[in-house]
Amino acid sequence: MLGKTAGGLFWMARYLERAENTTRLLETGQRIALTRSHASNDEWASIMQTAGVAAGFADKHGEVTKDATIDWMLRDIDNPSSVRAVMKQARDNARLVRTALTHEVWAAINAGWMRIDEALGRKVNERDLPAVLDMIRQSTALARGATHGTMLRNDIYDFLRLGTFIERADNTGRILDVKYYVLLPTSFSVGSSLDNVQWDTILRSVGAGGGYRMTHGQRTGPSEIAQFMILDQRMPRSLRFCCSKIASNLDFLEKDYGEEKPSGSLARTLHGRFKGLTIAEVFDHGLHEYIEDFLRDLGALSSRIEIDYRFYE
Amino acid sequence: MTQIFDEMTTEDGSLRDPYAEIGRWFGNEDVSRLRAKQREAEEVFRLTGITFNVYGKAEAEERLIPFDIVPRVISHREWQKLSRGIEQRVRAINAFLHDIYNRREIVKAGRLPEEMISQNEAFLPQMLGVTPPGHVYTHIVGIDLVRTGPDDFFVLEDNARTPSGVSYMLENRETMLKMFPELFTATRVQPVSDYPRNLRRSLAACAPAMTTDEPTVAVLTPGIYNSAYYEHAFLADQMGAELVEGHDLRVVDGRVAMRTTRGYKPIDVLYRRVDDEYLDPLNFNPNSALGVPGIMDVYRAGGITIANAPGTGIADDKAIYSYMPDIVEFYTGEKAILQNVPTWRCSDPESLKYVLDNLAELVVKEVHGSGGYGMLIGPTSSKRELATFRKKLQANPGNYIAQPTLALSTVPIFTNKGLAPRHVDLRPFVLVSPEGINITPGGLTRVALKKGSLVVNSSQGGGTKDTWVLED
Repeated sequence: MLGKTAGGLFWMARYLERAENTTRLLETGQRIALTRSHASNDEWASIMQTAGVAAGFADKHGEVTKDATIDWMLRDIDNPSSVRAVMKQARDNARLVRTALTHEVWAAINAGWMRIDEALGRKVNERDLPAVLDMIRQSTALARGATHGTMLRNDIYDFLRLGTFIERADNTGRILDVKYYVLLPTSFSVGSSLDNVQWDTILRSVGAGGGYRMTHGQRTGPSEIAQFMILDQRMPRSLRFCCSKIASNLDFLEKDYGEEKPSGSLARTLHGRFKGLTIAEVFDHGLHEYIEDFLRDLGALSSRIEIDYRFYE
Repeated sequence: MTQIFDEMTTEDGSLRDPYAEIGRWFGNEDVSRLRAKQREAEEVFRLTGITFNVYGKAEAEERLIPFDIVPRVISHREWQKLSRGIEQRVRAINAFLHDIYNRREIVKAGRLPEEMISQNEAFLPQMLGVTPPGHVYTHIVGIDLVRTGPDDFFVLEDNARTPSGVSYMLENRETMLKMFPELFTATRVQPVSDYPRNLRRSLAACAPAMTTDEPTVAVLTPGIYNSAYYEHAFLADQMGAELVEGHDLRVVDGRVAMRTTRGYKPIDVLYRRVDDEYLDPLNFNPNSALGVPGIMDVYRAGGITIANAPGTGIADDKAIYSYMPDIVEFYTGEKAILQNVPTWRCSDPESLKYVLDNLAELVVKEVHGSGGYGMLIGPTSSKRELATFRKKLQANPGNYIAQPTLALSTVPIFTNKGLAPRHVDLRPFVLVSPEGINITPGGLTRVALKKGSLVVNSSQGGGTKDTWVLED
């Protein structure tokens, strides 16, 4: 496979995942705004910080408002991480690697991009927002389903999965990075209404409210939530789960190509650190430091994959 | 203008034989169902991303080439004659290219003036003395044909560089098969779907002599913003070949190699969809970012096959075109089966005078132009347009040729008001290899959708049709 193609697959998957994650963040923000009378615009600022789009917003808009935030994150092409911009990137990358994709995957991404680009080409009314967000997630889900159902399990698939899980781990990590303080066991009396809102936000922003209740029942506390988001082995957006997928996809590549690479060893180390790790140890180390270290290591791993598999000249 | 030949209907309104089935079908169809089918077809093209990019528009807008659902039909007998003529012409073109880059017998014989070669922009001195594997220069050719009567076919252009459009030929057929299976049950149509396999086989057969294993074939594209990118990706996909860009390639140990996830891998045959000028910044345009530095040196040393060979443009040059009947006769010893359109070379003072005197009746084209850009169609131009063009012509006569305005045949298209005749041309696709010449039955029919228009180019509002060659 061409190195460029591997890079195109990797980034196509990252952008699709990012479109979905951004959509979920917006859904969460909208829900809080609607259900909590005291919700302030701070919540929107924190969502933009999570998505890494706060600085660009400040340059263009200044004051944070709900409508401006939604517009910026959803459809402003001046924001390279807006859903509209990343779907264009996903589709351009899919076009670049067209020969590596099945017809179904290509058609799902192309049609998804056309639908989304059309819907986001004009201002989205609050009335239409839920349907638009739904449509975006259905489009990315269709692309993922087509990938799962029609692609050979070979190196092409491995690069797609690497892109997906690196982006996803990064997203979960960023949510924790921005919200870590609400998970610290000290500041507020446990179970205050403010805490409940914040905890709810975290779980919703990874679409895991239901999964959490299945695992932990009604017992909600910072330690359980941190455990779920970082260490749970079955939760498909936890840091540990993502790292296990990254490590195994790099393993597949190494076996397939018959050659060990520095990225494989980095990934095995990153994944290995979860073994036997308890959430108490994470808190002892310092939650914020832990997350910052994790995001840095993840970034280094991503760069190493690009080098090892010759994405660029 | 003379009587226009309609391929479906005679002057007295009866159907010509090849269209008997189409006529019956259309008569029994519900127009609103057909309208829905037409929309459905366009939706399929849109979702599949079968688009071309329009240059000069904001951020290279992607557009659909309009597809018309009424097939264009060619009888078995008509096709036999056409394909004999095409084969003859393509053989002559390859012999001609070998000759002008080597011994130049045709010049010595006094059949072609020396300056037609040495002063031609499309002539590449870097090809002198080079003989490509199997003596094949034009691995892929798209001959543009027009029809003016029952037995009158003319060659309009020999596209011997990087002809495009074959993906539309294939997708148009797929679309028709899906939408109107009943038509193909009632009529036996020769298949076109073998083209990608034949293309791969044909390219592989032209691999350099040093190739020992199954040849590695790659398609070189200028990238996703090129107007024909869809086709490049489609052909690479269908052939199971890599789709590469210049920055994926470099010269490694005397071979052209592509950067893969596992290191550099040599390429044996490169089907390039990049023009000569941009192929190699070391040997041609130094500013090109689309090519591969040093590929011409590897090519000359026999380390790679480039398809089509560099320098083939001289064979489809519009000034050389006027010599084609002589060229065919010189190399095949036979009269040309396909007719040439009479052509005035404006570089010749007497011809220029004739052209200027008769501008309103003629079609004038740039010698190196393509895509319908920069041409004049006298009969449909305004006085002002004629005056402007006259000045351009006088300023640089050598840049132009002129031809009579042909009464192109018409084939009906499906419109809101039912069937309506529109002018068409035909581009059959020809593959050349040491194993022989392979012509896909049919080709791409381009149709001028605007009533009365003679311009079929997609960049100028043309559409396409499925093209049927009937079984015997």
